[in-house]
Amino acid sequence: MAVLLLAEVAGGALAVDATAKAATAGAKLGDVTVLVCGPAAAGDEAAKLDGVSKVLVADDAAYANGLAENLADLIVSLAGDYSHIIAPATTTGKNVLPRVAALLDVMVISDVTEVVDADTFKRPVYAGNAVQTVKSADATKVISFRTSTFDAAGTSGSASVEAVSGAGDKGLSAFVEDKVVESDRPELTSAKIIVSGGRGVGSEESFGIIEALADKLGAAVGASRAAVDSGYAPNDMQVGQTGKVVAPELYIACGISGAIQHLAGMKDSKVIVAINKDEEAPIFQVADFGLVADLFDAVPELTEKL
Amino acid sequence: MKVLVPVKRVIDYNVKVKVKADGTGVDLANVKMSMNPFDEISVEAAIRLKEAGVASEVVIVSIGEKKSVDTIRNALAMGADRGILIEEDQGVDIEPLAVAKILAKVVEEEAPELVILGKQAIDNDMNATGQMLAALLGWGQATFASEIEIADGKAVVTREVDGGLQTISTALPAIVTTDLRLNEPRYASLPNIMKAKKKPLDEKTAADYGVDTSPRLTVVTTEEPAAREAGIKVGSVDELVAKLKEGGLV
Repeated sequence: MAVLLLAEVAGGALAVDATAKAATAGAKLGDVTVLVCGPAAAGDEAAKLDGVSKVLVADDAAYANGLAENLADLIVSLAGDYSHIIAPATTTGKNVLPRVAALLDVMVISDVTEVVDADTFKRPVYAGNAVQTVKSADATKVISFRTSTFDAAGTSGSASVEAVSGAGDKGLSAFVEDKVVESDRPELTSAKIIVSGGRGVGSEESFGIIEALADKLGAAVGASRAAVDSGYAPNDMQVGQTGKVVAPELYIACGISGAIQHLAGMKDSKVIVAINKDEEAPIFQVADFGLVADLFDAVPELTEKL
Repeated sequence: MKVLVPVKRVIDYNVKVKVKADGTGVDLANVKMSMNPFDEISVEAAIRLKEAGVASEVVIVSIGEKKSVDTIRNALAMGADRGILIEEDQGVDIEPLAVAKILAKVVEEEAPELVILGKQAIDNDMNATGQMLAALLGWGQATFASEIEIADGKAVVTREVDGGLQTISTALPAIVTTDLRLNEPRYASLPNIMKAKKKPLDEKTAADYGVDTSPRLTVVTTEEPAAREAGIKVGSVDELVAKLKEGGLV
């Protein structure tokens, strides 16, 4: 079994955490080759990942911004040698893989959380309220892996690196601009601790108390959809079915009621703490430690006492 | 230009689904069904393009059991012009690949310049149909859209990506899939609901399009996710801090 892993590249550098977690998943299926669409330096980073036997680097402007049309064609041109084509279930992975699958006339298997065997996988459906085990009859399995359920591969490897090239720009789409949210805090999907705020925070200014607690803990900051829609936090912070799926050691939910769609993004966290003044809030049903209190009193007090 | 909007009838997003004890699936008997929330956003986006004079006609298509007519009528009441139902047997959730193949045939017939789909259906959570359709048609794709601007034969789309926002432009005809922040879908007013009953709605079957809809993925079993152990309520911040320290979490 040979596995082709599309590495996650962001801002011209390898997104090590997401790629390393997908590499762990890929290693359960066979011999992993990583495809890096980015500069040589990112390829060298990928070559250090444990369990990776080879790295292919496609350093071409056509592939630099993750345009699905160009990337999918490149992957399809390489697909013949592989039984599995995989990627972390990031926005890039989700954008590109289904296109690859359709070009190969196979189904895509999205957000896989567990590998049962080479063609059987588990994936959550209905916002994580059910888990399906699916068996694929396709010749090539195209899979995106939910990274929050896999450990990151170590970085003591030394795979060989070779350059590859594809047909380049198809000319269907063009990159215009990126607006990347600047943050000094840990990245949400790989953080050990996350402090999240919801509608109960009340305003963008009040979100400062959430950030203060996060900074005290060295944590990432998350938000519910309500908080994002109300403009309290940027949307790349959204945790949930349609935002990011996280599974940190500690998840502190402040002023979040715990709607089905939010729980889908965080209920695999090791320990969940909920601070909410409504003792009937559904979040308390999944919280290991619940505190019924006004977050405007409790959060600053918690920040002070930690 | 003509805009095609595929919509899906799914279990309502507020319903807590129940997994059947025998592992054969989730219980959909007597459960409230609605239009997939992302599809509502797609319909709204298409109608706004029509209101802006960019689109001339908005065509709704749904693939599913007979009752999907309700979902199409709902989109017509929001302001779409006509509907196409492609009927499937009850209880069959055909895969995105088959849906994309049927939609590709519909696109051939209807020749829209833009197809707007939701980014994912909240039942199977696949997030694939739009991308697959783009692949089959050889069109450009702009997924997870939070802004769409149509000008000079191009769609300029701002996409929600992991680190923030990315703007791309894609040549028409194109596929766009919608994200939550694109718009706030309107409610259909009673007069419009009445008017929608008179709008044209064609009924077809998957067989009419000669598409093989047999699944590539066999669902072996559907289980309840692992339940979390019951937690405790603490009485104060001090007690919470003590518990977190005890667990070595802080």
